[in-house]
Amino acid sequence: MISLFLKDLFNRVNQGRWPYLIVIGHILAGSLLVYTQPRSNLAFLVLMTSFMSLYFFTTSVRFKLIAGTMLALVIIPIVGVRNIFYLEVIFQISVFAALALGLNIVVGFAGLLDLGYVAFYAVGAYLWAFFGSQQFYVLHFAPGTQPSDLPFLLPGDAFYMFLLVGVVIAGLTGILLGLPVLRLRGDYLAIVTLGFGEVIRVLANNLDKPLNFTNGPQGITPIQRPSMPDPVVEWFNSVFRGVVGHDVTPADMYNLMFYIFALIVIIVIIFVTRRLDDSKLGRAWTAVREDETAAIAQGIPLVKMKLAAFAVGASFAGVMGVLLAASRTFISPESFSFMQSIGVLTMVILGGAGSIPGVILGAATVTILNLQVLQGFSLYLNELRQSDAVMPIINFAWKDLSPQLDPAKYQRMLFGLILVLMMIFRPAGLIPATRRKREIDAEETN
Amino acid sequence: MIRFLKRINVYELVRPVGQMMAFSLGSAAFMSAIAISLALALDDTAVGVSLMDKYNVSLFTYTMLNLPQVIIDGLTIGFVYAAIALGYTMVYGVLEFINFAHSEIFAVGAFVGVELLIALDGMGILAGASLGMAYAYLILAILLGMIAAGGLAVAVERVAYRPLRGMSRLVPLISAIGVSFLLQDIIRLVESLTSGQFNRIMPTFGNFDSRIIFGKIAMGSSNLTLGISVKSIIVIVSAVLMLVGLNYLVNATRVGKAMRAVAQDRPTASLMGINVNRIISLTFLVGGLLGGAAGVLYALKFTRIDPFVGFFPGLKAFTAAVLGGIGNMTGAVLGGIVLGMLETFAGSYMGVFTMGAAGSEYKDIFAFSILILVLIFRPQGLMGKNVVQKA
Repeated sequence: MISLFLKDLFNRVNQGRWPYLIVIGHILAGSLLVYTQPRSNLAFLVLMTSFMSLYFFTTSVRFKLIAGTMLALVIIPIVGVRNIFYLEVIFQISVFAALALGLNIVVGFAGLLDLGYVAFYAVGAYLWAFFGSQQFYVLHFAPGTQPSDLPFLLPGDAFYMFLLVGVVIAGLTGILLGLPVLRLRGDYLAIVTLGFGEVIRVLANNLDKPLNFTNGPQGITPIQRPSMPDPVVEWFNSVFRGVVGHDVTPADMYNLMFYIFALIVIIVIIFVTRRLDDSKLGRAWTAVREDETAAIAQGIPLVKMKLAAFAVGASFAGVMGVLLAASRTFISPESFSFMQSIGVLTMVILGGAGSIPGVILGAATVTILNLQVLQGFSLYLNELRQSDAVMPIINFAWKDLSPQLDPAKYQRMLFGLILVLMMIFRPAGLIPATRRKREIDAEETN
Repeated sequence: MIRFLKRINVYELVRPVGQMMAFSLGSAAFMSAIAISLALALDDTAVGVSLMDKYNVSLFTYTMLNLPQVIIDGLTIGFVYAAIALGYTMVYGVLEFINFAHSEIFAVGAFVGVELLIALDGMGILAGASLGMAYAYLILAILLGMIAAGGLAVAVERVAYRPLRGMSRLVPLISAIGVSFLLQDIIRLVESLTSGQFNRIMPTFGNFDSRIIFGKIAMGSSNLTLGISVKSIIVIVSAVLMLVGLNYLVNATRVGKAMRAVAQDRPTASLMGINVNRIISLTFLVGGLLGGAAGVLYALKFTRIDPFVGFFPGLKAFTAAVLGGIGNMTGAVLGGIVLGMLETFAGSYMGVFTMGAAGSEYKDIFAFSILILVLIFRPQGLMGKNVVQKA
C-alpha cells in the first residue's frame, strides 16, 4: 500500500523539469549540510544518497554525466580533505565497490560462487609489497632482524607499471586455480575457492622462512607510493584553499589521489562489464549461469567461459590489491581473511548479483554500515558505559556491560544477517539486474 | 524379550565396527609405512644429519619414537572429523546442498556441553565427584550438547533453508554461509555477555587427562613408550558407538529406509507416502546430534574453544566427506579417519623431514590440498559412484 503510494508519487514527480531540480537540490543540500556540519554522519549520508537520486530520476545522459563528475571529482574531494575521516570512508567505498564489481563478474554474470575472492586481492597487494619495498633485500633475514638502511628495489613510480603487472599476475593465478576446479559443480567450487583463500592467507603468514618473502604476520612496511610532485599540491591549495579552509598536506593529497585511482578502476570495470554483458562472452556466461547442461548442448565451451569469468574477476582484484598496498604503505595477512571475502560477497548479494548500480549501492551500504553505523553504535555504548545510566525495567547498570561487547567487531553478524535476509526475502537484490527484473515482472503478471 | 532381540539386525551392528577397524588399521599402517620409509631414505642425507646434530638421535629412531602417539592422535581427530562429516554427507545425500552452517552447529554443541561442565565445576560438584560420577557428568554434557545442536540444526533448516528449496543451487548455499556467520557472532555475543571473554576452557575433572601405559620398548638410547591417554579412548569409543548407532538407524530401521528413499528420489518417495519434510528435518536432527557430540568430544580433546572453533574442523570434515565420496556414509567415516591420519602425520613429521622449512603451520592447508587433488583426480571420492547430476 505504502510502496504503491510512493511509486505513484515518484512517477508523478519524475516528469519534465522536476527531476533536474530535485537532483540539483539534493546535491546542494547535501554539500551544504556537510559543509556546515563537518562531523555529522547524517549530513554525509544526505550527500552520499544524492548519487542515488541522480541514478533513479530520469534526466538526460549529459546531465547525469556532468552532475556525477562534479559530485565525484569536485564536491567529494573537497568534503574529504576538510574531514579526513570522510575521505577514508569514501576511499573504502570505492575500493570495495571495485572489488564487488570484480566479484560481480564471477558471481553475478557467470554464476560461479567464489568464496576466496580476496586471495587475488592479496596476490596483487603482495606483488607490489614485495617489489615496491625493501623486502627483496630482506629475503635472508628473519622478520625483525633486518638492518634499517636497506635500499628500495624499485622506484615508487614503478607502481604504475605494477598496476598492469598486477592485472596479469592475478589473472594468471585465477586461470591456474580455475583450470583444475572449474570442471566442478557450483557448490564444490565454493568450497575449493574458500580453501584457496585460506591457503593464500596461510602462505602469507608463514612464508617468512626459509626465505623471508612476506615477513610473516608482521606484514610488509614501508611500501612505496608513486611520487607526488609539489606543484600539484601547490596548485590544489591555490585553487581550493578558500573552500577547504586550511592548507592540504601531501599526505592528504595522496589519499585523494588513491581515491581517484580507485574511481578510474571502477569506471574501467563498469565499461568492461557493460561491453561484456552484451557480447558473445557475456551471453555465454548468462547461458552457463542459467543452465549448464543446456549451455553445453548449445555448443558453449563451458570450462573456457568459466575460466574467462574467473580470470577477469581475478585481474580486477589484482589491480585493487596493488592500489591498496601503495595507499596503505603497509599490508599484513590479516587484511585478506575469509571474512573479507564474505564481506565483498555480501555487497554483491545485497545490491543484486549481475547489476552494476546494485553492486555499487551494496558496496556503499555495507561499508557505511560497517564504518559508520557499527562504530557509531560502539561509541554510543562506550558513552553509556561511562555514564551512570541504568537500563530500564531490568535495572542493569550500563557500566557493568562487558567491554567485550563492541558492536564495531560484530561484522560477521551484519554480513550473516544481510545474506540470510536477502536470500529469503529478496534474492535478486536491492536493484535487480535488468534480466532478473524482467523475469520477476513476468512472474508477477502471471 | 526374545522376540525383540530376534528383530535386531546383528549384521548391521557388526559390519560398521569391522569397517572402522579396517579403515583405522589400514590408514595407520599405510601412513606409518610412508613415514618409516621416508625416514630410512632421508636418514643419511642432510635431513638426518641435522637432526643428529640437534638432538643426537637418528631420524629413524625419532620417527619410531613418535609413531604410537601420532597414530593415536590421528585416530582421535579422525573420528571427530568422521562424526562431523556424517552431518555434511547426510544432508548432501538428501538435499544436494552443502550445509555450511554445520560447523557452527558443531561449535554450539561444544559450547553448551562445556558451559554445563563449567557451571557444575563452579558449584564445586566436579571436584569432589567420584570416577563414576565424572563419567556420568561427561555423558550428560555430551547429551546436552547433542540436544542443543540437533535442535538448532532443525530450526536453521526450518527458517533459512526450507523457504529456499527449489530455487537455484546457489541461493540456499549463500543463505547457509549467512547463517554460519550469524551463529558465530551470536555465540560470541552470548558468551561475552555472560562473562568478560568469549573463550571457554574445558574444566579438568575425572581421570581424563591421565595416560594408560602399556609398556616400554628400548630403542637406541631412549625408550619407546606405548601408551594412550584416557581422553583419546573416550573420544574414539563414543564416536564408534555413535557411528554404529547411526549406521543402524539408516540401514536397519523403517525411518532409515525412508531417509534412503528420500535421498534417492524425493518426488517418488513422496508418492510412496513418505512425509518428505519430516524426513529432511530428521536428517538435519541426526546430523546435528552427531555434530554436537563431536563438538563436546573436540572440547574434551583440545580443552580450549572459541566461537570460531567450528571453522577449520568443519572445513576438514567437509573435505573428509568429499574424500570419501559425498552422500556416502561409509565413505565419510573412511574420509574422516584418513584425513585425520594424514593431517596428524603431516603436522608431526613435515617439520623434521623438511628441516624446519615447512612445519605444522601448514597442517591446516594440507586438507585443502587434498581436497583439490581429490576433486581433480577422483571427483566422486574414494567410495562414491560416479552419479549423474540430478536435474
